[in-house]
Amino acid sequence: MRRVDVARGTRERTAWRSLLSAAHAGRTESRRLVLAVLLGWGAVLAAGGLLLTSGYLISRAAQRPEILELSVVIVIVRAFAIARAASRYGERLASHDAALRLLARLRARFYRRLAPLVPGDLGGPRSGDLLSRFVGDVDVLQDLYLRALAPPVVAALSIATAAVAAWLLLPAAAPGLIACMLLAALAVPALAASMAASAGRRQAHARAALTAEVVETIDGAAELAVAGRSEERIARLQAADAHLAALARRDALAAGAATTLGALCAGLALLAVLLVGIPAVDHGTLAGVLLAALAFLALAAFEGISPLPAAARRLRACAEAADRLDELCEREPSVRDPSAPRALPASGELVLEGVRARYGPGEPWVLDGIDLRLASGRRIALLGPSGAGKTTLAHVLVRFRDADAGRLTIGGVDVRELGQDDLRRAVVLAAQDAHLFNTTVRENMLLARPGAGDDDIWRALETAGSGDWVRALPDGLDTLVGEDGGLVSGGQRQRLALARALLADARFLVLDEPTAHLDPATARDVIDNILTGAGKRGVLVITHSTIGLEHFDQVLELSNGRLRPAAPRAVAA
Amino acid sequence: MHRRDSAPSTGRQPTRTDRRLLHDTRAGRTQLRLAGALGLATAATVVAQAALLARLIAGAAIHHQTIAQLSDPLAALAAVIAVRALLGGAFEASGRIGAARVMSELRGRLAEHLLLRSPVTREGERTGELAAAVVQGVESLEAYFAGYLPQLVLAAAVPVAVLIWVVPLDPIAAGVLALSIPLLIVFMILIGKGAQAQARSRWRSLALLSGHFLDVVRGLQTLRAHRREAAQADTIERIGEQYRAETMATLRIAFLSALVLELCAMIGTAFVAATIGIQLDGGHLTLQAGLTVLLLCPELYGPLRAVGQQFHASTDGLAAAERIFAVLDEPAMLTAPAAPATPARPSRPRHTQPAPDPRTTPLRFETVSFAYPDREELVLDGFCLALEPGCATALVGRSGAGKSTAAALALRLVDPTAGRITCGGVDLRELHADAWRRQVAWVPQRARLFAGTIAENIALGAPDAARAAILAAAAEAGLEELLSGLPDGLDTRVGDGGRGLSAGQAQRIALGRAFLRDAPLVVLDEPTAHLDAETAGAVGEAIGRLAGGRTTLLIAHDAKLVSHADRIVEMHLGLTIARDPRQPAATAVAA
Repeated sequence: MRRVDVARGTRERTAWRSLLSAAHAGRTESRRLVLAVLLGWGAVLAAGGLLLTSGYLISRAAQRPEILELSVVIVIVRAFAIARAASRYGERLASHDAALRLLARLRARFYRRLAPLVPGDLGGPRSGDLLSRFVGDVDVLQDLYLRALAPPVVAALSIATAAVAAWLLLPAAAPGLIACMLLAALAVPALAASMAASAGRRQAHARAALTAEVVETIDGAAELAVAGRSEERIARLQAADAHLAALARRDALAAGAATTLGALCAGLALLAVLLVGIPAVDHGTLAGVLLAALAFLALAAFEGISPLPAAARRLRACAEAADRLDELCEREPSVRDPSAPRALPASGELVLEGVRARYGPGEPWVLDGIDLRLASGRRIALLGPSGAGKTTLAHVLVRFRDADAGRLTIGGVDVRELGQDDLRRAVVLAAQDAHLFNTTVRENMLLARPGAGDDDIWRALETAGSGDWVRALPDGLDTLVGEDGGLVSGGQRQRLALARALLADARFLVLDEPTAHLDPATARDVIDNILTGAGKRGVLVITHSTIGLEHFDQVLELSNGRLRPAAPRAVAA
Repeated sequence: MHRRDSAPSTGRQPTRTDRRLLHDTRAGRTQLRLAGALGLATAATVVAQAALLARLIAGAAIHHQTIAQLSDPLAALAAVIAVRALLGGAFEASGRIGAARVMSELRGRLAEHLLLRSPVTREGERTGELAAAVVQGVESLEAYFAGYLPQLVLAAAVPVAVLIWVVPLDPIAAGVLALSIPLLIVFMILIGKGAQAQARSRWRSLALLSGHFLDVVRGLQTLRAHRREAAQADTIERIGEQYRAETMATLRIAFLSALVLELCAMIGTAFVAATIGIQLDGGHLTLQAGLTVLLLCPELYGPLRAVGQQFHASTDGLAAAERIFAVLDEPAMLTAPAAPATPARPSRPRHTQPAPDPRTTPLRFETVSFAYPDREELVLDGFCLALEPGCATALVGRSGAGKSTAAALALRLVDPTAGRITCGGVDLRELHADAWRRQVAWVPQRARLFAGTIAENIALGAPDAARAAILAAAAEAGLEELLSGLPDGLDTRVGDGGRGLSAGQAQRIALGRAFLRDAPLVVLDEPTAHLDAETAGAVGEAIGRLAGGRTTLLIAHDAKLVSHADRIVEMHLGLTIARDPRQPAATAVAA
């Protein structure tokens, strides 16, 4: 039990540290943030001033003074009314502006930290989690200043102002008012936040579980339906839903209790002021006309405090989001650039020497002593059953991971002495699961070579066997491919990725399954086109298909982690 | 394959969404009634508090009453304050609980819609975006039920209560207040309209930005392969900045109506204060009456102003609900029952009868036409095909010829637009979909793994299967080698959060499912597209075994695979041309 508390304490500390570092990202917006806070305070002040002077106006009028005296107060009342509306408008604009600026900065910031970890160091978090982490958590942080940090500052300023005003009206009324305000400002939000926190912590898991269920239901509805598991899946979703709902109910009750407590504090302040003020009028220490002003002050003073419970909950949510983001991004990238990268040799072979690789200590070797030389202009095909480690080998070649033993050199230089970008300029990988971005065909192609002209793009598309297909699209190169290429068939998607790799100005091409999803005749054409179109480049084609292998200089087979010349039957087939 | 337009329908009235939330959901209706009751009670406490406070101040300031003489109204004020605080808490708690209930109800309906009425695979659908709306949407819905709805009720109840109280006290102030309310309401509606349009565009651009961010994060590996990861970071910032500039331009205008609203309320209060002051000065009013009216001023304007502000925040929640309603409104792909007994449990056909056995009687497509709802063009047009019992039929043809649609029809994932599909003379639509599907095993183009063990995944269609049967099915699907390399074997967790499997391995698990299912009708949709040549050969033999004695519909490119079929049917623009299966198919298929 104690150990759990200690662990939680540590977790809390790291969460607040993460929050501070996220808050630090907003320092560039400090002027806008200060402006937003000042305008928020101004709005509270004006509302209080309006009530206070109105109360005074009426009480004074009851004494039937000169009408001129009243009209001065009436003007002041109106001025407060206008100031209130104007400062609220300004505050809204300033705070939204700051929040949006912050969001863009936070996205880029966490993206930059995530980038070096992909793909080697992520270790497969749930895809639903990745979604909630990188979209949800970063989005949560945009509220950090606007809804979590600014309200306490405005509240503190409001309390100080109310204290001074009460002191000026009737010093004896100040302590009660301040006590109630502090209670409302500190105890109520703290209570609300801590009551919500435990439910919220569990809610995160329940929510992730529900997200996973929902994603599977949306994606896998057809398979579940055919398997006769629809009713069961609906029941499972309901169970996950009920679990979340139970936690949400607790959160809701906590929020309701906090609202009640906050309102009680404000009511208590009013009663306290009356209990001190009424006898003071009786004893003549407070002018009768000021009693109304004092009561109105107690009513108005709480406006600045009312957003605090929500702010406390928001602050906690921000801390937890910042912590999750840090937890992910704090991992050390296993592939790193050397402190002083050597220049990329202008020429030379790409050589694997005794390369061994595995997924972790104690796991079997996926690659167990690989020797391979890829010279420019040479074409090598690498065969092997699925799961033989072909993709791991491809990843080693572009340093998506490093070999656990042995080395990879280019022009005689160990790649670990080069910058990663330099290596990937020389060796380009068209992965089997290459991503198509939700933009046009052209933009997807330009990724490989930003300055490329349409001629170059078309040439690459022709070589990959996509030319006719793209030409037939309604908008040609400007056709949108959909989310992760969702509007494009598997075969076309693979060929676009291939064309993209061909467009890159690399010396070596590593093509992982370039003919998957293709019918045999097209596959043969694509292989022929690649081999002629590659020119002086060295090409390593990783494939499970035996089509077109006769045109390669060398056909190797990967099995049991080692390379050997392919069996003749494979080549002949 | 079955891509459908996921864009929110622009033709539908957006303002209907909140009405649908309140009227079309059971939880929403309950919440509306509860909020109404709480609102009336709150309005009563608002008036009572003002009257008691005015009584106390006037008593002390004018009538020089001592605290002992005022103890009764003081105690009453304390009681009113306590009740009002409790009502506020009840509003908050019930609003949040209501939001969660409504969201649960919508999620349940969505799941039923997807699983029971339209289970076609949704490629190209923005799964992530929809999942986010379904799960995260509840938070923004809280803003609606715990923020907007209470204020809306108060905005209706409080002004009425206040005016009833003020008219006898001070008819002039009552007149001012009564005049200002329509003005406020006009601005409130203007704000509502502006805010809704603005929130919708903001939601859309936020979703777009989130979509872009997600797209970039998912494609990081590809970006790194092309050395573009650093450039994308700048793009993220640039797009964010562009979005900020655009949003601020709309906000400057959207907040302007809120400014005017606030001005109206504030100046209204100031104006009432002035009229009361002048009346008091003239001796036409008592201080107690004047104070009561002044105290009620902010109470009257408060909910009216808040409702405008809360509307602003709550529209995000409406956008999420709208996203779900948009899916629910898509026409069902399966024939709906004539009169659903309960709206929550649909698709029980009228005549449930035992499903005919495709092992003994042919499955016939009788001039079947099919078009996706909201689409003009027919995917299938007068398609005829008979799957003879125990006979393997290969369906070949160019992509887009409707092969996968034919498979979906045989699986009853969709129902024909015209014509009918019969088995033993029984129209499949007269059968319960599950009863028919029990006769069918399916290997889709891309098998989906579900979070769980490999054993659970293989047993997807036969959850009660014995372990030995699962092992045998795994062996027949060519999974032995994979399993022997895994320390946990069949108990290895895969899918979300588990070990990643290659496309080929996932496909073999789908084959394992089909073997274990042991169904009389087998539908294979390019089952070897992702397998290496060697395994494809082995799996091809297994498919031969699977097809033995069973009616099989095989969709394939691969010549070797097609050669397992007893009959080859080529599809061309929704029509069929039968061909001799023993003729070498490779060249013809590729043509």
